[in-house]
Amino acid sequence: MINESIDGFLHPNVRNSADQIFVNGKQWLLSWLTAAPGWVAQIVSSLINIFALLAVFLTLFALMSVLERKILGRMQNRYGPNRVGPFGLLQPVADGIKMLIKEDIVPARADKIVHFVAPVLIAAVAILALGVIPFGRNMTPFTIDGGILFFFAVGSATELAVFMAGWASNNKFSMLGAMRAIAQMFSYELPLIITVLPVVMVVGSLTPDRIVAAQGEYTLGVVPRWFVFTPWGAAAFILFFVSGLVESNRTPFDVPEGESEIVAGHMTEYSGFKYATFFMAEYLGMFAVSGLAVTLFLGGWHAPARVLELIPSYVWFFAKLSALLFVYIWLRGTLPRARIDQMMNLAWKFMLPMAFACIIAAAVWHYAGRGLRGWLWSLFVIALVYTALSILLDTRRKFAPRVYRFAE
Amino acid sequence: MSSAAFVIIAILTLAAALAAATLQKLMHATLSFALALVGVAALFFLLGAEFVGLVLIFVYIGAVAVLIVFTILLTRRDAGKDRSLNWSGALLAIAVFGGLTWAILKTQSVAIAAPHVRAVTVKRIGEALMSGYVWPLECVGLLLTAALIGALVLVMEEKR
Repeated sequence: MINESIDGFLHPNVRNSADQIFVNGKQWLLSWLTAAPGWVAQIVSSLINIFALLAVFLTLFALMSVLERKILGRMQNRYGPNRVGPFGLLQPVADGIKMLIKEDIVPARADKIVHFVAPVLIAAVAILALGVIPFGRNMTPFTIDGGILFFFAVGSATELAVFMAGWASNNKFSMLGAMRAIAQMFSYELPLIITVLPVVMVVGSLTPDRIVAAQGEYTLGVVPRWFVFTPWGAAAFILFFVSGLVESNRTPFDVPEGESEIVAGHMTEYSGFKYATFFMAEYLGMFAVSGLAVTLFLGGWHAPARVLELIPSYVWFFAKLSALLFVYIWLRGTLPRARIDQMMNLAWKFMLPMAFACIIAAAVWHYAGRGLRGWLWSLFVIALVYTALSILLDTRRKFAPRVYRFAE
Repeated sequence: MSSAAFVIIAILTLAAALAAATLQKLMHATLSFALALVGVAALFFLLGAEFVGLVLIFVYIGAVAVLIVFTILLTRRDAGKDRSLNWSGALLAIAVFGGLTWAILKTQSVAIAAPHVRAVTVKRIGEALMSGYVWPLECVGLLLTAALIGALVLVMEEKR
């Protein structure tokens, strides 16, 4: 639970600082329940965690939806939303009210129950996945031995939810869109999971708290020992981030949705608040994947330098998370979308071998002593595989008439 | 508390399993089957075998359920149509249930109190896989690689 420290020891200065203000607040709330039986306190403790998680991330979702439009507007040389409230900050409230009072249309031939369950499931899954990420010192909503595995196990239900949405709508576009989305998620789940393995190997644990703790030291007090600063970690981080882009259906990999081909994919037959739920689940999934990237490669809630540890840990976590989310928006404003065959080629021919190379490079780094020598050797492994793959996959063909292939 | 949880989870699992066996639409049956598997995973969680529960969800919900769904979609034109009661299937189910019940009642090991074991952590499972069970692990790996290559060969384009 939230009050268990991973090293079992907290300096009194830390315990009373702003760093632990939320943990202490929870303790204070629970102290009202000392007379109640143990299971009541346990349930209330979980409820507090759940409430905090939902409050923080739904607020972040609202903020992100308006900031994304503002930043995209900035990149495209226009204002973006600026009418509702100061700087357009109340835009999500207006959007929410609009979505709530819209008519909820369910197609006559749709499978009513499955049509209803799909958006619920997809949102629930995204929230569950967020639960295992350490947001600050002693601030993991749900501590579990195999937290990383939990993240992916729960996340794998997304595919089923997408399929349910596509099938229950009883619409060709929905079904085709769902198929596309599932094909894409399956292909990129492999590099996504395999790039986590080097970190798990090096730390020797599947628990997110231990992975964060393993990145807590500093070389010379300035350079943090985050895994992203090792060659294998940098490569794995980039692969993980790209796979995360695909998993959350973001540009340049947003093919499950395409107005000119398959309308809105599996969400075609959803309107009103159900559509908003899908939208929310997509963003929550994005937060979850980015949060895991921060946990695995960017040192979790650790400060980038020893002196900066004065600033509370959760501030650092959310700063890193925001930086990653900004990159998501930035990419959306910059890149055109990829074709589905380009995406599949990238996943199977480049990302997967690179992900395996990361595992080998991490092993090399470990056995060469985790120092400078290991750093150079693992850089050598990564560079070697990268060069070999670039030569092998060089598809700069000569110009030729375009060949179309159709399903037979 | 844990016995109450057990009863709730067991009822949900059994209800989902019953729904999987009796629902008219094949797709509904598949989804109920997935729900029943979630219930089984929850039982593993309750027993403290988190890893097994997680792998169960991972493999069965994430892969097998989707695979079944795709198989239904790709092979049957009447995926949404009704299905009638399958008598041979029911007989088979009753036979398996009877056999299992007989075996469980017959065995002595239920009466023996389980020895106290340390909580099975992921680390211990990993160590066991890499030391005592390394050969079975390698064999499974080889088999899966062969299956993967086989699938690729099956779907590979024929060069003209």
